[in-house]
Amino acid sequence: MSYLIDEGKNVQHLLMGNEAIVRGALEAGINVAAGYPGTPSSEIIESFSQVAKERNLYVEWSTNEKVAVEVAAAASFAGLRSMCVMKQNGVNVASDFLLHLASSGTRGGMLLVSCDDPGALSSVNEGESRLFAQLLEIPLLEPGDFQEAKDIIKWAYELSEEIRNIVMIRSVTRMSHASGNVTYGPLPSDTAARAKFNYHGPLLDPENGPVISMILAAPELQHGPQQEKMKKAAAIFETCPFNTYTGPEAPELLIITSSACSLYSREAVKILGLGKRVGILKLATTWPLPPVFLKKHLAATERILIVEEVAPTLEDHVKVLAAESVQEIGPKLFYGKKSGHLPSVGELNPDLVLAVLSRLCAVPYEAAAGVFATEAKALMEKLAPPRGMIFCPGCPHRASYWSIHNALQLDGRGGFVCGDIGCYVMGILPAGFSTVKTLHAMGSGSGIASGFGKLRQFGMDQPIVSVCGDSTFFHAAMPALANAIHHRSPFTMVILDNRGTAMTGFQPHPGSPINVLGETVPALDIEKICRAMGAKVEASDPFDLEKTREKLGHLLEYAEGAKVLILKQACALSPEKRGRKKYEVTVDETLCRGEDCGCNRLCTRIFGCPGLAWDGEKKVSHIDDIICAGCGVCVDICPAGAILKKEVA
Amino acid sequence: MTAIPLKKDPYSIIITGVGGQGNVLASRLLGSMLADKGFYVTIGETFGASQRGGSVMSHLRVSKEGVASPQIPRGRADVIVSLEPVEAFRVLATYGNPDAVLLTNTHPIYPVGVIRGELSYPPLDELQDVISRLLPASYFIDATEQALLLGNAILANIVMLGALGRLNIVSFDRENFHAAIGRRVAADKVAVNLQAFDVGYGMVQV
Repeated sequence: MSYLIDEGKNVQHLLMGNEAIVRGALEAGINVAAGYPGTPSSEIIESFSQVAKERNLYVEWSTNEKVAVEVAAAASFAGLRSMCVMKQNGVNVASDFLLHLASSGTRGGMLLVSCDDPGALSSVNEGESRLFAQLLEIPLLEPGDFQEAKDIIKWAYELSEEIRNIVMIRSVTRMSHASGNVTYGPLPSDTAARAKFNYHGPLLDPENGPVISMILAAPELQHGPQQEKMKKAAAIFETCPFNTYTGPEAPELLIITSSACSLYSREAVKILGLGKRVGILKLATTWPLPPVFLKKHLAATERILIVEEVAPTLEDHVKVLAAESVQEIGPKLFYGKKSGHLPSVGELNPDLVLAVLSRLCAVPYEAAAGVFATEAKALMEKLAPPRGMIFCPGCPHRASYWSIHNALQLDGRGGFVCGDIGCYVMGILPAGFSTVKTLHAMGSGSGIASGFGKLRQFGMDQPIVSVCGDSTFFHAAMPALANAIHHRSPFTMVILDNRGTAMTGFQPHPGSPINVLGETVPALDIEKICRAMGAKVEASDPFDLEKTREKLGHLLEYAEGAKVLILKQACALSPEKRGRKKYEVTVDETLCRGEDCGCNRLCTRIFGCPGLAWDGEKKVSHIDDIICAGCGVCVDICPAGAILKKEVA
Repeated sequence: MTAIPLKKDPYSIIITGVGGQGNVLASRLLGSMLADKGFYVTIGETFGASQRGGSVMSHLRVSKEGVASPQIPRGRADVIVSLEPVEAFRVLATYGNPDAVLLTNTHPIYPVGVIRGELSYPPLDELQDVISRLLPASYFIDATEQALLLGNAILANIVMLGALGRLNIVSFDRENFHAAIGRRVAADKVAVNLQAFDVGYGMVQV
């Protein structure tokens, strides 16, 4: 039995923030959860799936985030409690439907969980989702530790049902992917739920009418009530048990903070011994702000420091409230991003908060003993070579980019690749031979390629290639391909099919034969889909370098319309491959010509597989047996035939 | 065993290494052992790009008082456990201090620049000299070699946990480890993990 459904009384477990959110939802009696994988959010849906059977849940990895919200909304309309889960970029994808949903309102409690990634630790940007709460006019809650990440979920479901609208929960990497002790509450004893969608009532009846977002030229009918819901939420927030204050009655400096930043603030205050001078107001309800509660704390101080990550969102909201209440609370001095005391780029940490507090409170602070720190740093720069990002040993993407790069070089017309989202973003780096020249959102590589293809009219004659993963194909690249085929845009879409949503941990997608619950499901065939859409389609094994380059060269020369090359080979870390070598690979040192080869160390200097390294002493290449995954691809790149492979029995 | 009192609160441990070395499992195991002993444990992890050859680091905070920051402030690590020697050095330069205890695996994993022959990897004895001079309490063991003898390089993380147990600076023992590993891995893998723990325990002298 999973520890997530431990029913022991007051039992405590060490949970990741994401797991705490799941436990909270289970205690609240959630019925339906849907999401699309994305770091740092993926463990939420995975954890739900592990207990789906025992807790009578429906859980799915949806095709994309917009569909995930729609699936969860249906459950809400039928009176169930649901959750949709995504990383920050996913909220952008879902935002169209979310805007309509916030207008139509919900029935059963419904939560949107967005896990943001300040510092873009595993994202292509650090775009933040908090601003969506303001745009969508829905309440926003941000848990400040792991216990709260569990406890706030039940409270959020009650809020959602009270105001009949979706409630947004925002986590960050340092909350979702951090762990802490969580004391459990009881799970509902009855997991039977009955879904029914009532639609026989009048049009705008929130309980029994149709659920629509379509009041032409009469916004007051829905938008008005939606804003009333926000006023109600603000009133409820006045007594929210998750907004807490620690510090003196009249602090000389008040820190207003939320989420992981509240932990950094607490640590900084403790280290500097400022507990009697500085107060910390930790907010869980960051939109809308509870005005009375805020004003009480603002009135007690003259100086306010806002500690938050990325955009000055909380800072702006607090300043507006302070300006509106200036007669009540008096003028204030604000410190934060706008004053330049904290950066608006990258994630925060205790050191950044220590630095600003040390400055504002005139308490000197030095991180480490001076000489040690300087000496260690100097030695590190001298002795520790930096660790660049690289494709894993046995990764099909290395082989795919090798062929794409070589085919484009042979073609000689200055062709390039429009990139997409997955591990293969590393095509912009030497790891992928720097073949990728544009990189943006999910599916946009093929959309951009579709546009480039139409620039022939203006004399552009460079061959265009796009890359896209199998999960990305279903998520957002199919409309781009349809567009290209329909408009006869000549480019080659290379689908890097590694059999799963690999970067985030092999979550299934519509092309997978098994779903997240382990059930057998219809697997959509990408090759057949592309053919049916009208593209010229080829398929190859990327580990077969010769055949792949040949097919690619042929497609590049073929001038008409959109072409698709599907490169099928499972990810080296996939459960089917992990820990199994297909080949035992060795370097015959008598055949390796070393520096005299004339290939200029193509195998190690360019190919860059961690399993194949240059031996600086012997001046030959060698295989690192512990690291080599046994894919055997390097055998075909050595001009001297010095790399040998033998099939493992 | 009786619980070892915390020398500081929060007491800060870093487990570092390279993606794919089992760093995250090691930090979760250590975290759950300490939570079982009644401590508040906060773990911060960076593993988004972990499987792609990058450095991976977990910060563990152990406290009697409550949740701590999932990121350790610079210069404040009390213990550094590293699954790779250069990573140990990288971490100690940012988070170390002369009183920190360091335990590192000596088996190198070469960064891509070294594989390409463009950068050089420092000789182990030089690295060992420099580290020992900076941190008097440093321990060096070839955990990967022992893990390979047990049949799988990935067990180096458990060998390291065993060695950490022997150092007797953090409150956990074999029984504790047995319970924690039993919750994390399949039943047929428990024995080999216990073996790896024991091997590590025997690898350091204190």
